[in-house]
Amino acid sequence: MSISRKAALAGVYEHPLRWAPHKTQYQIMAESARGALDDAGLGIKDVNGLFTSGVGGMGIIALAEHLNLNPDFLDSNSIGGSSFVSHTAHAAAAIAAGYCDVAMILYGSKWSSDRFAIGTGGGGSGDPPEQFEGCYGPTTVGDYALAAQRHMYEFGTTSEQLAEIAVTTRKHASLNLHAKFRDLISVDDVLASREVSSPLHLLDCCMISDGGGALVVTSAERARDLRKKPVYLLSAAESCAHTSAGVRDITDAAAKQSGPKAMARAGVSHSDFDMAMIYDSFTITVCITLESLGFCQKGEGGSYVQNGRIGLGGELPINTDGGGLSSNHPGMRGIFLVIEAVKQLRGECGERQVKDCELAFCHGTGGTLGLRHSGASLVLGV
Amino acid sequence: MADEKKKPNRPVPRVDEESRPFWEACARHELYVQKCLPCGTVFYYPRAFCPEDLSQDFEWLRCSGKGTVYTFTITRQNQSSGFRNKVPYVMAYVELEEGVRLLTNIVGCDPESVTIGMPVEVTFEDVTPDVSVPLFKPAS
Repeated sequence: MSISRKAALAGVYEHPLRWAPHKTQYQIMAESARGALDDAGLGIKDVNGLFTSGVGGMGIIALAEHLNLNPDFLDSNSIGGSSFVSHTAHAAAAIAAGYCDVAMILYGSKWSSDRFAIGTGGGGSGDPPEQFEGCYGPTTVGDYALAAQRHMYEFGTTSEQLAEIAVTTRKHASLNLHAKFRDLISVDDVLASREVSSPLHLLDCCMISDGGGALVVTSAERARDLRKKPVYLLSAAESCAHTSAGVRDITDAAAKQSGPKAMARAGVSHSDFDMAMIYDSFTITVCITLESLGFCQKGEGGSYVQNGRIGLGGELPINTDGGGLSSNHPGMRGIFLVIEAVKQLRGECGERQVKDCELAFCHGTGGTLGLRHSGASLVLGV
Repeated sequence: MADEKKKPNRPVPRVDEESRPFWEACARHELYVQKCLPCGTVFYYPRAFCPEDLSQDFEWLRCSGKGTVYTFTITRQNQSSGFRNKVPYVMAYVELEEGVRLLTNIVGCDPESVTIGMPVEVTFEDVTPDVSVPLFKPAS
């Protein structure tokens, strides 16, 4: 069974706040839910499928309770920042299977105002591999830095090339009123920012913000009668990568498995895309993900991102909202990949609008490139 | 009462039923990986079965303790209590002569001197009287 064009994104909402100490996590989710339902022209009582991540083990039930919902379908698949990209695919499948017909995907977080140092705070999972890792002082930044260092060694990728990703993303953020960091930066600024974990500098890293968002997914048929132009889910694929019993190539991402599958399922290829949302926890994440997805050859990510190729007006504009590097990153940002892609496909992006945008790729990476992570790919179109 | 001097200076690995032989060997300052007898796969981290074919028929392979740095990072910021005062320190994957890579720290040298491909050899740090962790230092 193909889910292509069976379901559509009918409503999206990105919470405008990046700092919300006066709100609760569930309040951010409720406000986002209202925003996405307004966008779709639906009400909360229409929702019968609920998806979330970043809550406690059974937190999705508390979320349903907070919203006084009794959904027919619940999914709190938790695979890191990519979870919400994965939820979008699961929602489409559930809708195609008839398990629900209006799915709400929610995220809310206060990791900034809660002072949660996700990047450099350490902390373990308690899973089996942790006993072989936690004693060596891994951090999120450090785990990605391991991949960056090896990429530089094998392929000659430079800090200047990675910095180009941060510079381009900041340029996009300057066109987004809600973005947290909007002042333009240069390659030199990135290189001059302090090194957090070699070879990654502070400006190679995403921020920690508060925030949240919501997506409403419904059947293609129902979406056509709603307020906004439907954005169809054409295909999806998921994957994960880990230490592979001690032999994994650290310069490959899970995207290598899910990306080509998603494109094949949609019957499209790289040059068909008008834009892409590529999870940018770090500059190296973007470089390796673009290679793993096949937008360039392995090892060529550093040169691919130069000369404006990934900027607005370039061959493949990415992260037009300013990404996690410059707009927002409340711990996980998969939901914002989908929100921005939908807005671009609807033509709602104003100054940062990609011209004639008809086909978008989203890829979420959750976890860390150096230890273990998930990959979730989506092809969206109008 | 807790004696400040005896407080472990890094998180103590939580030894479990699958990993106990590995950690017992580390306590003797010996490094082992596993090799599946039916399929020949050498694997790390330790577990109670071969991750290629789920066979429980494996042997513990004593490592030479020699390897090379596969990749590394000089960590300059880590807020967690065990590492806040250790920065800068080097976290690395070392590729053992036996063919598998393990996460570790490179010690016994200036962090700035570490390079990929650098030959290293195992050394052990006793975290508690019962638990020692394998670290690596430049090969002599």
